[in-house]
Amino acid sequence: MTSTDARLDSLRGGIPPLSHTARTVAALTANPGCARRALMDAAGADKAQIATHAGFPQLSGASQSPFALARGAIFEAQVKTGGGADLIRLLRDALGLPLPEVSYSDLESVGGNIERDVRHRRTRALLLRAARHPEEAGTLYDHPMLRLQVGGHLAYLEPDVVAFQVGGKFHVVEIKAFAVIDGQADEESVAAAAMQAAAYILALQDLLTAESLPAAAVSTDAILVTPENFSRQAKATFIDVRKQVSILRRQLARITRIDVLLDELPAGLTFDLAPGPDGSFTRPRGELAGALEAVPARYQPRCLRTCELAGFCRDEARTAGALAVLGSVVRDDLGSLDSISTALALASGSREPSADQADIARALRHAKNLSNSLAGGVA
Amino acid sequence: MTLLTTLARLEATASGRAQPLSRVRHRRLAGQPLVVIPLTLAGDPATPVAAMIGTSRADQHLLVVPQPRNRDLRLRFLTGLAQTVIGYITARQNTTEVLPATRKREERRRYADAPQIIVPNRAARDYLGLLGRSTRFQRTDGPFPVDPAVPALGKWLTFLADSADQPGSALLADLTSLLAEHWATGQSPLEDAGLAAQLAWIDPPPGMTGLQAALATEDPLRCPPAGPATDPGFDQAILEPLVRNYDQAAQAGSRAGTDRAATEITSALKSQLEPTWNAIWLAISLLRALAETAGAARRWATDRDAFTRFSSYLADGGLPQPRRDHAATAAARLDRLERAQAAYDAERALEDPFILAELRTTGEAFAGEVVSAESSRTTTTTAGRTILRPRFTVRTGDPVRIEPGRVLICPARPSQRVQIADLPRTRADVDVVLEVIQGMGTPGRPKAGAVPPIGELVSYTLDPGYWAQRDFPPVDQTPWTHGGPPARRPADHVEEPQS
Repeated sequence: MTSTDARLDSLRGGIPPLSHTARTVAALTANPGCARRALMDAAGADKAQIATHAGFPQLSGASQSPFALARGAIFEAQVKTGGGADLIRLLRDALGLPLPEVSYSDLESVGGNIERDVRHRRTRALLLRAARHPEEAGTLYDHPMLRLQVGGHLAYLEPDVVAFQVGGKFHVVEIKAFAVIDGQADEESVAAAAMQAAAYILALQDLLTAESLPAAAVSTDAILVTPENFSRQAKATFIDVRKQVSILRRQLARITRIDVLLDELPAGLTFDLAPGPDGSFTRPRGELAGALEAVPARYQPRCLRTCELAGFCRDEARTAGALAVLGSVVRDDLGSLDSISTALALASGSREPSADQADIARALRHAKNLSNSLAGGVA
Repeated sequence: MTLLTTLARLEATASGRAQPLSRVRHRRLAGQPLVVIPLTLAGDPATPVAAMIGTSRADQHLLVVPQPRNRDLRLRFLTGLAQTVIGYITARQNTTEVLPATRKREERRRYADAPQIIVPNRAARDYLGLLGRSTRFQRTDGPFPVDPAVPALGKWLTFLADSADQPGSALLADLTSLLAEHWATGQSPLEDAGLAAQLAWIDPPPGMTGLQAALATEDPLRCPPAGPATDPGFDQAILEPLVRNYDQAAQAGSRAGTDRAATEITSALKSQLEPTWNAIWLAISLLRALAETAGAARRWATDRDAFTRFSSYLADGGLPQPRRDHAATAAARLDRLERAQAAYDAERALEDPFILAELRTTGEAFAGEVVSAESSRTTTTTAGRTILRPRFTVRTGDPVRIEPGRVLICPARPSQRVQIADLPRTRADVDVVLEVIQGMGTPGRPKAGAVPPIGELVSYTLDPGYWAQRDFPPVDQTPWTHGGPPARRPADHVEEPQS
């Protein structure tokens, strides 16, 4: 165990680590500058429980609706039914992929063993053999278990995707139940799917390059299988995720330097919730909040959709009078200013601008004069 | 968003209450709008669960699908929704007015009224469009015939959703967008997308700050979301078990059982919808309290024109709108929307001191004092004629960013047009030299008051003018960049009604 591992373990405290999933790996790109999130994710801390204990339980959107989950499960089962027969037909027809003889390999368990390490070894062996013998028939791998280095840790990615090999290339297939209507889908859903596919592609690339096989053997065109229009009929589409792969790779390279972030923290800092014998948490709330505040965050309103801890960070940002709580447009408008009170003081003229604030201060005073005359003229 | 709005957001944060932006209303609010709050099943596209609908706070109707995945039940819901919506629309077709012939147009008739559908937020507006897409192609013959009202509803919803893209149209309006034009809250636009949270800042309960009230709305138990997506916690704890009860009763063939389950589902959904229903009528009364501009009546007339045209298109057996615009149609539509937006912005500036002030922060308008004037200045045209071209100079502290030559207009002198002749900048102020090009009279008979007297405070902004439609090549000469002339129309690909 490295000293970084030991530090991360003590940061997390007495609760078993949460493992990264493709979803959490993809979320790393949502707010890359946030050290608080990077550290907590690297330590495998349970952000949802920590947020609740700190007095800011995650609000709506915390869970997925059972209706949506059921639809996802039904659609996936339908696509994969009969040894992937439907899926093979779809890939053959829709994408014109030559799949002369296709075999199907389910990796959900290995001889009844569902241990993820065992599954990973089996996945690795099969994929490497396929990579070394591309002349063999194409294969669908259902439920492969991949691994990715995240923040110096191995994260297991358990895709509901199928990796398969055709024409000497691996493709990542992602089955999603959101509807594509007249060729258009919800942007956020597509973006999330693309980022998750990128995580699987990275993991596959790493698996190959570790054995001196070319990373180019993994296609950066992910295949998205979704229902078409209002039916349950599946449809396959290529999406080019080269950009997402490079964003994610850059982001992962940054988190590998998590030890640098750790060095800046006070000694003995921990997010431990101190579970008592009855399982309830005994860590004093104020102490936990203090520990969280010791790690800098970069709150933005979008966090409310992507991070369990957002309610806490929003409150902290509000207390500090940070411009970020008003959204990116306000923050960009007032670029060089650090807080709401500074901006208001410059607007009213009660504060002298520094040299680099002169332009924005003039614009703010102009706006303030206009707003005063509007209030005087109409009210 | 301009710096004026940004500043108002900062002040709202500091004061704990939303700050007023525009204090006049540029869009018509109908005396009898049809409020629709749709709720949808999470995950499935265009699979409604319920809709609360009505034309006043007291006139509240609730339509529910006890098992949204059951096609028959869904169709029963859609038929009910169609009857309500189409009944409302038909009632707007009772009276017509006659517009006398002009030089360019023959005499024509126009409905004196038009429908106005109000939804809580932008997502609900998009959802009605999606519902239109899913119903307008449904067939009234063949193996699974539907009630003719269902595809008719689809065509109307599509028409309304398309018109909502038109700047200034009031046929389909979402309240969070409307409120955001008039109030700046102390939270982010993402949080403003929740109607309850936005209203909390505008009209907080006594003794609470906007922030406290907004935070209280984030508890889905106290304040269910305005939809169309339901709260996942509600789905899990309440709706899903009830729907399962319904399924079990249906499998057992128990009519009493399904009736009981349906009643329970209805009252559960009612509890989810009622807070939003009340919030909507509060928002409407806040908006009604704002004075309506003359432009709002003009835009409403444009809406009534569109409504009249689409009504007669349907009366002539109009086919459903195409799934996707042809590239050339899309280009023309985009051009039309861009011009409409520019015209809408410029028109509002003439009627709304706030919009004018916003344009002053971005340099597209300015105000200041008249410091000098040459009222009888003349110039000679290339044809040798002497014409009156008075000039005057306005000194302003505004950051003017208008290119010389653009036609400007003063809200206080709507019949006069001026152009920037020169723009010398001094230390802090700008001297704008303006030349009157319209509304000044002739050298022999100058019009009184065409040139503002020295010392008067004046403001000028871009002339909304005449935003002519650009000429596009005829359909059979569509250039290759836009896919070339369409070869043959697929069955569902029909042109939109001619405007």
